[in-house]
Amino acid sequence: MSKISAIEKARARSAWLFVLPMLVVLALVAAWPLARTIWFSLTNATLVDPTTYDFIGFDNFLAYDEGRWYGILTDPQWLNALGNTLIFAVASVSLELVLGVIIALIVNAALPGRGLMRAAMLVPWAIPTVVSAKIWQWMLNDQFGVVNAMLEGAGLIDGPVAWLGGSSLAMVSIVMVDVWKTTPFVALLVLAALQTLPKEIYEAARVDGIHPVKVFFRVTLPLIKPALVVAVIFRLLDAMRMFDLVYVMTGSSEETMTLSVFARQALVSFQDVGYGSAASTGLFAIIALLTVIYIMTLRPLGRDSGA
Amino acid sequence: MRGRALLKNGAMALLWLVVAAFLLFPFYYAVVSSLREGSALFDASLWPSDPTFANYRAVMTDQPFATNILNSLLVAFSVVVLSLGLAVFASYAFGRAKFKGRRLLLYTILGVSMFPQVAVLSGLFEIVRLFGLYNSLLSLVFSYMIFTLPFTVWVLTSFMRDLPVEIEEAAIMDGASSWTIVIRVFLPLLAPALVTTGLLAFIAAWNEFLFALSFTLTNEQRTVPVAIALLTGASQYELPWGNIMAASVIVTLPLIALVLVFQRKLVAGLTAGAVKG
Repeated sequence: MSKISAIEKARARSAWLFVLPMLVVLALVAAWPLARTIWFSLTNATLVDPTTYDFIGFDNFLAYDEGRWYGILTDPQWLNALGNTLIFAVASVSLELVLGVIIALIVNAALPGRGLMRAAMLVPWAIPTVVSAKIWQWMLNDQFGVVNAMLEGAGLIDGPVAWLGGSSLAMVSIVMVDVWKTTPFVALLVLAALQTLPKEIYEAARVDGIHPVKVFFRVTLPLIKPALVVAVIFRLLDAMRMFDLVYVMTGSSEETMTLSVFARQALVSFQDVGYGSAASTGLFAIIALLTVIYIMTLRPLGRDSGA
Repeated sequence: MRGRALLKNGAMALLWLVVAAFLLFPFYYAVVSSLREGSALFDASLWPSDPTFANYRAVMTDQPFATNILNSLLVAFSVVVLSLGLAVFASYAFGRAKFKGRRLLLYTILGVSMFPQVAVLSGLFEIVRLFGLYNSLLSLVFSYMIFTLPFTVWVLTSFMRDLPVEIEEAAIMDGASSWTIVIRVFLPLLAPALVTTGLLAFIAAWNEFLFALSFTLTNEQRTVPVAIALLTGASQYELPWGNIMAASVIVTLPLIALVLVFQRKLVAGLTAGAVKG
């Protein structure tokens, strides 16, 4: 026994050696760049000459000068991007959740070919986001798009609809594409949770003649709730940083610009490293806050006090 | 009773078809469009009347698209090998050893996996330039670690933790070093988990867009997603939709094949990744 505990101690020492290479890489690729971004957000650095800049405090975030407010917190474009991001995140995640549960319940039925169905569900997820964005951009094309042609054929619309062209419809379209791409993923998570549920409960409910809808809300939903909560958190954090779908489908158009698109535009297109870093730091702060709340409330490693 | 069950199953099967059509139609339509050329593209019917492979030829000859595919493959393979190599040892420590700071480190790694990529963009850009990696594939292999490492470490740790103690005890009693134990005992046992996480890391790297767009400049260094996003035709305002759809089909087919072959493993890995972080 003492030999084992001595080995445990030796192993604890070598544990650090084993984690070290990974930690060094993460420090280089995450911690250091993040620290630099936060530092740059307090400067007026530009991309033209990133080595010469002045420290300007919090001026990129909020500053008052000669009767006017400056900084991202008063920048209508940034606030607009914040609003867009929140709308996108809430709308897409709630739709994905509801549809994901419905699709999981449908696919959970014991019919032949369930394996094929599950495979079909992985297809939208496997298609690269840029490719999905391009395919949908083509399908939603106002003149030659198949969506308009089908809707017109069914008599649902009179003339071509400009899905992606500068109106609030653009955001609707983006949400729709994200829902198409990500709902199957949510559905697969729900499906995995559904398949761990004990069959006896459902037998009992059936024998007692309880209506299936009631069974769903009273039995199924409470049992799969933990899985749903995790899915929602991950999807929300993912949606808050949305970049590629929006960037490819509508570029930097104001109606759909998200915080990530705004930050990259300031950084790369406007070459304003200071301001762009401030915008990225703002987004990081929001996501970090959400992550801390998630870890504090749900404790994904469990509550045991072990090291 | 039998009639009712039949009706119910029939209704369910119909729902399945609706869901499947909704999921698969966009890709089907991309295939149809990729087989159309010229004015046939503007015909929105659902069947290619006069299929042609001209778009595929155009993409492979007019563009450095073959190079782009090779770039994506190189980057994705290197990312997989590097992140699995680092993660196997880290996850052994996290999953099997008790040491101070283990919990905090794991939470930090989970936190990193939530990072918005744009938050490290300016800092990474500086490092990439400092090492002279701008417009080089190495900049992508390096920067992709930020999303593949946390994920592989987290999932492999949960696999490591679930392996029985007895496996290791015998080796420890024989006086094997931790290094030997990882290589000889755990690596073979982890093989299925490595396939799953490796595949997920491969897909993530293959699909990445923001870093690839920001750290590469010339067409020859681009990866597939950037090449497709920036594919332009004769004029700036006229997108070559046929070519774009052909390129999309080319890069998606292998992924769909992979996903279909490894279906069960992928679902298991995805749920492990989500449930346990």
